[in-house]
Amino acid sequence: MDSFLRVFFDQTINGLVIGNIYALIAVGLAIIFGVGNLINFAHGSVYMIGGYVGWVCVTRYGLPLPVAFAAVAVVCGVIGVLIERFGLRSLQNAARISPLLATIGISFILDQLVQIIFTPDPQSFPNPLPSTRIPIGGGSIGTLDVLIAVTGLSAAAILYVILRYTRLGWALRATAQDREAALQMGVDVNATNRWAFALAAILGGIAGMLVGMYFQTVYPTMSFQAGLKGFTANLIGGLGNIPGALVGGLVLGVVESYGVAVLGPSYRNLFTFVILIGMLIFRPNGLFNPRRQPPPEPLTGTFIAYRKPVRVPRWAVITAAGVALALPLFMRDPYLLQVLTNAWLMGMVALSITLVTGTAGQMSLGQAGFLAIGAYTSALLALRLGWPFELTLLAGGVLSAGLGTLLVLPAFRLRAHYVAIATIGIGEIVSQIILNWDSLTQGPLGLTRIPPPSILGVDVFMPREVYWYSLALLLLAALFQWRLVRSSLGRVWRALREDEVAAQAYGINLYRYKALAFASSAFIAGLSGAFTAHMYTYINNETFNNSTSILGLTMAILGGMGNIIGAIVGALSLTILPELFRGLVDYRYLFYGLVLVLLIRFRPQGLMGTE
Amino acid sequence: MALLEVEQISRYFDGVRAVDGVSLAVNEGEFLSIIGPNGAGKTTLFNLITGTDQPTQGAIRFDGRSLVGLRPDQFAGRGIARTFQHGRVFGNLSVLDNVLVGAHTRRKASRPRNLALELAGALVRSREARAEEAQLQAEAEAIIARFGERLTPRLHEAASSLSYANRRRLELARALALHPRLLLLDEPTAGMNLTETAEMLEFIRQLKAQGLTILLIEHKLPLVMALSDRVMVMDNGEKIAEGAPEAIRNNPRVIEAYLGQKQPRPEQTVEATDGSAVAG
Repeated sequence: MDSFLRVFFDQTINGLVIGNIYALIAVGLAIIFGVGNLINFAHGSVYMIGGYVGWVCVTRYGLPLPVAFAAVAVVCGVIGVLIERFGLRSLQNAARISPLLATIGISFILDQLVQIIFTPDPQSFPNPLPSTRIPIGGGSIGTLDVLIAVTGLSAAAILYVILRYTRLGWALRATAQDREAALQMGVDVNATNRWAFALAAILGGIAGMLVGMYFQTVYPTMSFQAGLKGFTANLIGGLGNIPGALVGGLVLGVVESYGVAVLGPSYRNLFTFVILIGMLIFRPNGLFNPRRQPPPEPLTGTFIAYRKPVRVPRWAVITAAGVALALPLFMRDPYLLQVLTNAWLMGMVALSITLVTGTAGQMSLGQAGFLAIGAYTSALLALRLGWPFELTLLAGGVLSAGLGTLLVLPAFRLRAHYVAIATIGIGEIVSQIILNWDSLTQGPLGLTRIPPPSILGVDVFMPREVYWYSLALLLLAALFQWRLVRSSLGRVWRALREDEVAAQAYGINLYRYKALAFASSAFIAGLSGAFTAHMYTYINNETFNNSTSILGLTMAILGGMGNIIGAIVGALSLTILPELFRGLVDYRYLFYGLVLVLLIRFRPQGLMGTE
Repeated sequence: MALLEVEQISRYFDGVRAVDGVSLAVNEGEFLSIIGPNGAGKTTLFNLITGTDQPTQGAIRFDGRSLVGLRPDQFAGRGIARTFQHGRVFGNLSVLDNVLVGAHTRRKASRPRNLALELAGALVRSREARAEEAQLQAEAEAIIARFGERLTPRLHEAASSLSYANRRRLELARALALHPRLLLLDEPTAGMNLTETAEMLEFIRQLKAQGLTILLIEHKLPLVMALSDRVMVMDNGEKIAEGAPEAIRNNPRVIEAYLGQKQPRPEQTVEATDGSAVAG
């Protein structure tokens, strides 16, 4: 057999093996989407925990594989039940996007717990299976490949039997079709949901353990990517479609595998996200439901808890700004000034999110992408062309607005959950492009020796000067946003948020005004990213990641969606609080996750109310 | 030439023929009502005429120009305004803001073609934009005042705090702010009591007297009879009758459609020929 065929064969086998794992993840997501109408963002974390539990059993305690699998099933099943309890059931009367945000918070908490217990470092997970290979045709497959294939197939078979022939399966399918009707026919919907989450979590956990064995390593951040792969596989098959998710997983695995063979391993994730966005644009219902519009959105509604905003008198705002500006005159501790500078920069991120998500009602979970575009634009213009900082900063904001809006454009006709997935995907695409465009961005090495911020040719690097500069930028951004939100344009945005259909019927061009909202938001985020790049003098593809996006969103929710002062208050509180309790600093993301979950449950209108 | 011409328009949903080959024409200043049992396709027809939904086939012309393929906001831009069957006010916006959104298509100074200019204009308002805003606001308050004391005291309250009847009024006010050339009203008195219905009837009569072209969907036949120049009856997605109100009242096909029986069974014959049963 010639070498092309052999590579083709090997890559197909690889793809099918990985695809099996994606399918296991995707099937779990599909079950949960079916019964709970929820995209479970904590699913990737359950998968990661499955990997860790397997690793602890096999590598630390030398337990036999079947015992390890049983342990994974029990631990993950329990976690699944807990996610249902806190992520879904207690939020049944909340805004429909709330459970999604709650599962994001839960995933933060789970990821952090694992990091705290097992350190953030990857752990080696030697494959306990014999390493004999079984020859097939011209190539060969390993014992692990067989195990993965068998697990995948038997999971599918067991699932089929459960859904088709058991009372639980009937209840699951009935609940998925019509929750209210199932309830009236005497189905215990809560118990059904609990079982669905447990089942999904078990499948996810087993997938995690298999992956750990396959790549011989487990690490805490494996969760996020796995979750996205699961969504993508799910979208390929159609959200909530269980057989579709199986096929979607296999398709994704094989396509990725071929892509990697042609372009190289660092393109693996880029591939996924391009498929993700492509599916959202061309086939939002999946490959198996052609010629249909996106389904009538069952998840309409943004995260706006109707509550009057707290009116802050103008003198109080001016006084607060004055105090903030005067602070470095009295407080010279450089560490504290740095913390506050971070708060101002995150404040801009929160502002940008509260504008697009709060005022205009477009869920954005990929704000980090805009920050990264601003940061790289500004840094590259300074490094390559020697432009002055004022200009590179502005260019960062403008390019982030332009490019960012173009990237989000395809998501404009989607709603609610689909927009959330699309924006996450777009944030990741930006990060993957930065990773792969070596000649421009130096890939994972990042850009070093970025000149510090300057003003009129004078470098700014003393802590209090940087503090003032970033605060001035924040105040300008807030003023910019305040003018926009108070104009007739702001009114149009709010109308769009309240009811897209009615807004369009009154002559509001959906694309135009969503584009303006995203552009304004990305402009502010881009400025923040650009300033951050010059402040740190170093950036790489991971400087602005998914956590940045979610943290910004949490700050915006804490302040009250659409509330400008609220966004700044939210950013300030969440940046300072972990510092006040020294012990919290190491666990800050655990704290952020908790804040997000508690906010959504107990105070969705935030501190200052929604506007 | 008729202001609105609809030719053989159809809308199928997965094999269900919600609207099936309906044609109609409305002249400038005319008042046409569409009646028919629930599920007859009336609201779907409205959705097609306002661009909220796209026809499977057929043509729509407004003022001689085709509307097929345009976005809903472009329909509004041509001067078509509507109210929604179940009321779709912007809940978290004030009463005044709701009406001002209705005037969106009439903005000139604050709505330049260029995207960047619109953003800049929102940041730094020109004298013209401020004058326009003030003028539209005054006009919005005047429209709201036409409902007497119903809405005016609640000018700055969130629309979600309004009673059901007031929401319907607000929707109508929002539609009028567009200065429509064609106004489509989808059950404007649904959920209103007798007094409120009478008030709304009077209000719509005034709109008609001003020469506004109006399409109305309504179940309350006395209202339809009092207002309409012409009545069109739909059943199962098709137009089954059209004509002057009196003619429609006595049309046997209409009576049949409303009572939902193809061949009158003996014990129901009397009821089926009784016009008052239709009106109820």
